[in-house]
Amino acid sequence: MNGIHILTLLTVLPLIGAVIALFAGKHARGVAMITALFCLVVSLLIWVRLPAGGGIGMVERVAWAPSIGFEYYLGVDALGALMLVLSAIVTLMSVDASHRVHHQPGLYYCFVLALESFLFGSFTALNFFHWFLFWELSLIPAFFLIKLWGGPRRGPAATQFLIYTMAGSVALLVAFLAVFLSTGSMDFIQLTAMAQSGALEQAITAHLGPVSLWLAIGVLAGFAVKVPIIPFHTWLPATYSEAPSPVTMLLTGAMSKMGVYGLLRIALPIFGVQIAEMRAPLLVLAVATVVLGAWAAVAQKDLKRIFAYSSVNHLGYCLLAIFALAVPVYGVAGHTNQAAALNGVILQMFNHGITAAALFWFVAMIQLRTGGIRGLNDFGGLRKPAPVLAGLMGIVLFSSLGLPGLNNFVSEFLIFRGSFPLNWVAASVSVLGLLITAAVILNVIQKVFSGPTPERWASFPDLHHSERLALAPIIGIMLLIGLVPQLLLSTINPTVVNLLAHWRF
Amino acid sequence: MIQEAVSFTPQFAVAPVTKILWLIPAAPMVAAGVIALLKQPQRRTAAWLAIGSLSFSLLLSLMAFAHVVGGWAAHHAVRETVNFTWMQVGAANIALGWILDPLTAIMLVMVSFVGLLIFIYSVGYMAHDENYTRFFCFLALFAGAMLGVVVSNSLLLLFMNWEIVGLTSYLLIGFWYQKPAAAAAAKKAFMTTRVGDVFFFLGMVWLSAQSGTLLFYNHGSGALEGLALTGLLAQHAALGLTAAGAIGLLIFAGAMGKSGQVPLHVWLPDAMEGPTPVSALIHAATMVAAGVFLVARVYPLMQDGAAAGGTTTALIVVTWVGAITAVFAALIAIAQNDIKRILAYSTVSQLGYMMAGLGIGGVALGMFHLITHAFFKSLLFLGAGSVIHGCHEEQDVRRMGGLRKAMPITFGIYAIAMLALCGVPIFFSGFWSKDAIIDAAQRWNSSVVPYYLMLFGAVLTAFYMTRQVSYVFFGKWRGHQPAHESGKIMLWPMAILAFFCVALGIIGTPAWPWFDAFLGNQAAHLQMGAFASSEFLMMLLSATVVVLAGIGVAWWLYGNKSPAAGEPDALEKATPWIWAGLRDRLYVDELYGATVLAFYEWWGRVSDWFDRRVWGGAVAVVAWLFSLWAELNRFLDEQWVNGGFDKGCEELSNGGGLLSEVENGRVQIYLRILALAVVALAILLIWSSRA
Repeated sequence: MNGIHILTLLTVLPLIGAVIALFAGKHARGVAMITALFCLVVSLLIWVRLPAGGGIGMVERVAWAPSIGFEYYLGVDALGALMLVLSAIVTLMSVDASHRVHHQPGLYYCFVLALESFLFGSFTALNFFHWFLFWELSLIPAFFLIKLWGGPRRGPAATQFLIYTMAGSVALLVAFLAVFLSTGSMDFIQLTAMAQSGALEQAITAHLGPVSLWLAIGVLAGFAVKVPIIPFHTWLPATYSEAPSPVTMLLTGAMSKMGVYGLLRIALPIFGVQIAEMRAPLLVLAVATVVLGAWAAVAQKDLKRIFAYSSVNHLGYCLLAIFALAVPVYGVAGHTNQAAALNGVILQMFNHGITAAALFWFVAMIQLRTGGIRGLNDFGGLRKPAPVLAGLMGIVLFSSLGLPGLNNFVSEFLIFRGSFPLNWVAASVSVLGLLITAAVILNVIQKVFSGPTPERWASFPDLHHSERLALAPIIGIMLLIGLVPQLLLSTINPTVVNLLAHWRF
Repeated sequence: MIQEAVSFTPQFAVAPVTKILWLIPAAPMVAAGVIALLKQPQRRTAAWLAIGSLSFSLLLSLMAFAHVVGGWAAHHAVRETVNFTWMQVGAANIALGWILDPLTAIMLVMVSFVGLLIFIYSVGYMAHDENYTRFFCFLALFAGAMLGVVVSNSLLLLFMNWEIVGLTSYLLIGFWYQKPAAAAAAKKAFMTTRVGDVFFFLGMVWLSAQSGTLLFYNHGSGALEGLALTGLLAQHAALGLTAAGAIGLLIFAGAMGKSGQVPLHVWLPDAMEGPTPVSALIHAATMVAAGVFLVARVYPLMQDGAAAGGTTTALIVVTWVGAITAVFAALIAIAQNDIKRILAYSTVSQLGYMMAGLGIGGVALGMFHLITHAFFKSLLFLGAGSVIHGCHEEQDVRRMGGLRKAMPITFGIYAIAMLALCGVPIFFSGFWSKDAIIDAAQRWNSSVVPYYLMLFGAVLTAFYMTRQVSYVFFGKWRGHQPAHESGKIMLWPMAILAFFCVALGIIGTPAWPWFDAFLGNQAAHLQMGAFASSEFLMMLLSATVVVLAGIGVAWWLYGNKSPAAGEPDALEKATPWIWAGLRDRLYVDELYGATVLAFYEWWGRVSDWFDRRVWGGAVAVVAWLFSLWAELNRFLDEQWVNGGFDKGCEELSNGGGLLSEVENGRVQIYLRILALAVVALAILLIWSSRA
């Protein structure tokens, strides 16, 4: 234990901000901004003070209800810490993007900060009960943010989002109860060790019979909805398009990472053997998520739905690498392949978070200027009245397309570099996703920014200085990761090596 | 060819110029970054930054070139590399690096020199454009990335620069973004090349996984040398290919995209929507030739262990693709009426020759044509730009004519480039480079068909160029306003290029095959006797016949009597069917529209429908079943249980109601399910802790 409970502090900080924001009236935005900034600073502090070996650090452990396995058990490695930094950045972006919230701003920012706190909680928890609490709690502010400040069809969208995720959670919960009944432990680290030694499967078989595979499916179901994996994704386009754009930034930038994080922190370590058994069908689903996700974006006419499907596609690459690496490997080359894939996944989580949030931020800026219009065919020639908007959004779009020199290329390269030798068929089919995503994104640029400028957009206002200033650091991050990925990988890689050393497939 | 038993010693020691080689691509890239921050009216600053940075690159390139030539003269095989770790994954490093060897040295000089001349030309050509600063920004970024492709000693770094090159090509084709045709052409170019690039990408990850490195050369541990290459050659992939051959072919697919090889050639003619200096620099001299350079760079993979001049599956594929492209594009060029499109198809055709040269005779044969072509084809484009400018942005050759009087200097320079492209013997560089390829094809031991294809292509080349020159410079003026000659800032760069269209031939004659020797690390000696060899005389004879046939027939059909606008073309009258087919580009675009693109759009709609109806429908059914069950549950609750649990749920949902206008009954049901689950969990846990 450290002298300062920095992880607890980080989780509590936004909650305090949330309470203040609730009563701050018109100053709520300022409160939220300051709180989010503080959280970013603390999360960066955590990032730079991670233990060098890649293991879990900053552990806080207090007995809670030991008889029933509950423990207040926190700790982060590079995987968790990177998600903390990402959540903090995305929350800050989201708060900055929320100009238009005039209706009950106090409540709005209260929910946003509460969501941030629950995200922090779920990325630091090392005990299932504790983790699940935050996993479920995070739904509540997200639900109300969509329900109260969303678009015209927000009601059904919010409901669908809630039930869908919850249905997945129930499966997850039941599976974990079974694990607890068999082992008496809810501790991720302990369960990982048991899984590695084979004791976990023995215990489950002894208590409940040969149901390990079913438990693995239950756990996967929970994450499949959250990530999402096709065909458990139908809640996503509706939710992303009906949520207000700043909330969509939070959903895609930070919340969608809870699913991938869960796969890496819970599913692979504890059910690695079972996942390896189901690898073939899971890879089919991953490839379907990559390819069909991109392809479904082709037919969309709403910018937000396009980016929503493109989001499905981008997280599909994470799934591809995760399931591809779930196989026993031998020799140096095999371990390098696994390490490349896992480095790629973790970096892709961060990259996608930043890029997707930035894309929805641009949608928010466009909607601010058009009074909500965001159809693909509603625009044309916007580059003439708004060259800076076109240029900066162009950079972000090309980041999403995977252009070298920008962030996404590095993680996608690593994912394919790792996945190809582990399963060349899945990787080869998945490159189709790279192709289709490019087509979709270039189509957006052509329809929105090129061609003659219609009369109604002739005086479309360009980005003003404060917007440019806010975007500059985000684009700076994209370039920095694209050019010097070692900045992050030097911290991520030790954790990757450490994680892989404890996983058994 | 003279081979002497001089053995070249490898030179790995890194010279000072190699240490700073990275500055060559970095300088224009930095300039591009600075220009991007300039404001629109700062036109002169933008132009000076671009030209200044590229001059710096040219200077460094010349120094590097001199260094390599010096090493070559002292019988050193110069191959200096500087490598560094870019990323660390697991226990492995992913390294990048740059290289100085003869191949890089030659390309560096060509790219920076031709680039600089075209930059200067652009100052005049783009003088009236409102987005002048942006133009130079993109142009400088392009130059940096292209030079980056050339100096890369890592397939990954090469790929990264390769994609940036593709980006700048996209941006510059769509430079006049308000024209829908330009925006569409830009997208088409990017997508078509990306089709090739995804195969390239796969080849790259495969190579990385197989050999553990993406460095080309690294003192014996690079992917193209030593154990790694031996391993690739020993590994069998599919279809009788080794891993090396299969990876080579995947990389070649990327080269096909960038270099417009059939069937991925469709984007290049459309790319002519960009400003003409862009067509000259990117779509004639440098970027499209990057594919040829790439194949030359990874030649050890393509060669698949065979001796020089040997045939392997990969090289056979390269040769056939090249030869077919050479004829296919030349045929279409005959029936085009846009001055730049004729040249674009000509470029596709000549790139085919280069590829075939690589496939048949090795690196030097293809690369020499790449270098000579860069000069005469960029000059042709600059000449076309001058004509277009002089004719008030007219591009249709049917509305030109007799320009040799109005634009005498342009005409003279254009004629030189045109004769070089046709391959007029002895005096023009195109003869030495192109006919060497055709000559080598005659002796290719796999098949003679490519030889005849390329011979036919050469006739067609002479034909379509004569037709174009007749339309543009001879006959009567058919335009509206009188044409005018271009300014000095445009003519001077053209004159310099024209000089090299003639002079470059000297370094690639059979009597003094310097180019070949330099790239192959051999000694070159002057031996005039080679001109008297029967081989050379046969080549001279066939080339003369071919050129005369092409020029003669075209002059007979078009010379001084080009039809006026609206009148049918001479060939159209004779063979309307064939003409229509060629004019409509042999319907390749239509074919793609009806198949690949139609499928793409259709499947997109199917995916969307599937999402909404099938998956969405399944979800709806499940949701309905659940609400049914919940309704039943509530009924039982209210009627039978009626306890505190129900009340708790009520409070929960009331809380929700207070917070919002939640009036949707379903949500309350779901909250109730959640509460149920939590209670169930608690009961289970308590039960288990007792046990």
